[in-house]
Amino acid sequence: MNSTSNRPLSWPWLSLIAIGLFGFMYFPILVLAFYSFNDSKYSTGWKGFTWKWYVAFLNDSRILTALANSLIVAFFAVGIAAVVGTLMAVGLARYRFPGKQVYQGTAYLPLIIPDIAIAVATLVFLAAIAIPVSGGLIQLSLGTVISAHVVFCLSYVAIVVSTRINDLNPHLEEAALDLGATPTQAFMQVLLPELMPAIVSGCLLAFVLSLDDFLIASFTAGGGSSTLPMEIFSRIRTGVKPDINALSVVLILSTGFLFAIAEYLRYRSERKRFS
Amino acid sequence: MVSPASPLPSTTEPKAPPQWLQPLLMLAPAGVWLALLLVLPTLLIFQLSLVPGIRPGQVVNPSGLDNYWRIVQPDYFPVLTRSLFFSIGTTIACLVLGFPIAYWIALKVPKRWQNLVLLAFVLPLWTSSLLRTYAWITILRPTGVLNSILGKVGMPPLDLLNREPAVLIGMTYSLLPYMVLILYAALEKLDRRLLEAAADLGANPAQTFWRVTVPQSLTGIAAGSLLVFITSMGDFVNPEILGGASSMTVARLIYNQFLGATQNWGFGSALSMVLILVVSIAIALLLKYGDRSAAGGV
Repeated sequence: MNSTSNRPLSWPWLSLIAIGLFGFMYFPILVLAFYSFNDSKYSTGWKGFTWKWYVAFLNDSRILTALANSLIVAFFAVGIAAVVGTLMAVGLARYRFPGKQVYQGTAYLPLIIPDIAIAVATLVFLAAIAIPVSGGLIQLSLGTVISAHVVFCLSYVAIVVSTRINDLNPHLEEAALDLGATPTQAFMQVLLPELMPAIVSGCLLAFVLSLDDFLIASFTAGGGSSTLPMEIFSRIRTGVKPDINALSVVLILSTGFLFAIAEYLRYRSERKRFS
Repeated sequence: MVSPASPLPSTTEPKAPPQWLQPLLMLAPAGVWLALLLVLPTLLIFQLSLVPGIRPGQVVNPSGLDNYWRIVQPDYFPVLTRSLFFSIGTTIACLVLGFPIAYWIALKVPKRWQNLVLLAFVLPLWTSSLLRTYAWITILRPTGVLNSILGKVGMPPLDLLNREPAVLIGMTYSLLPYMVLILYAALEKLDRRLLEAAADLGANPAQTFWRVTVPQSLTGIAAGSLLVFITSMGDFVNPEILGGASSMTVARLIYNQFLGATQNWGFGSALSMVLILVVSIAIALLLKYGDRSAAGGV
């Protein structure tokens, strides 16, 4: 009760709470890492150091196939979304047309609608177009997962890109056109380089979300091809083994690495902008 | 910078291709994709939700609101209220935990370290959500990490896993980073001179907090709460993995109607429509009573 303090919450208490919450965020990850090196299948206690869970999952062809599937899906979905989403963001920033509000609302809908509803709707749609042609016009496969992932990936790419467009100098492209560039040249050589940092960070965000998606993939993948989250989910359901811990440590380190690259790119582009 | 010799048409140019071609090329691919894989499917589940007891492969023949009626029967209504309970509980928990940390980063951490500290806090968001939830099994199960720590300090063990507290912990853990990101963005813009002025004019710390800090960051509080609420309403992973049989939620029930043993597509579609409706109501409430820019931030 120090009346001379002009701080709404006093400093030491707040710092303690902050440290505690950092602990809360990192504790589960540390627990995962700890047990990935523990030489015991079920024990909570420490039974000695081992690499065997890492060896086990690196020799597990089901996990590796699922990982490859996930990477294929993320790679293609993000690739398509990068082009389509960027064009959409630029188009929406540049043109006025009847129904623009509706278009814009729909474009950002996947950011709001729960994944489970998107997953259900996509499954019903795929079933509806597959059933009339018996034998199936469209088979549930990685292809259907990719086309479903493009929907939310393009929303994320577009929202990141459109924030960047709002910060841009609108006269740059006009200047290029004035100086004799064709619209295509102005787009490719002036606008696109300016948007590139946003496109890259939008893509990385979409990539991580696509790799992490469990619901939409399990509704659209069909029986044959599972993605990594689907495989992890079925293993969590059937029983907990430390090779999953080893997998999580590898995944956490690699997404952490991706994240560091993304942040570095963002940092560098901001430095360039303000210096 | 630009020579103003020629008048500048700001959006169109007098070159050869027709003026509608360029916008069409830019907006049509995304438009077609969204129409086919988002709008049309949503209309389809609305149609399907009007057919009671439909299974895959059957002919769609709408016949009324039976599926919706079924949701409010005593068998399923508790599922809806439990989902709301989880979402509201998670939103409150994220707000209570997220505010101090966002406040600490925005007002106590030196300016040039703020971004780094914020990034360090939200870094776990970039790891697999399934694996983060799985980690909580290891912590919360009866012979898990938490109980062995409690045992060492002489406290009685807690039985949390496969019950509602575990779901709340898991959801709060998953969504806290989003809340902190949004609250930080609001608090970072806080005018510190107002805090000093309030103190100079004799306000005590609690008064300053409730009458200056909170009103100034209300937009962020509303946006963060909305985001956490709608995301936890649709959360499947946490209740499924941590909640056990007793914590059935709307998202789990929907999953069961399609990929589980039940296979009732009409009922599952009706539940999905209700979920979309609840989320829309939350957004509409924010738009009506909150600042419009708050919804734009989501």
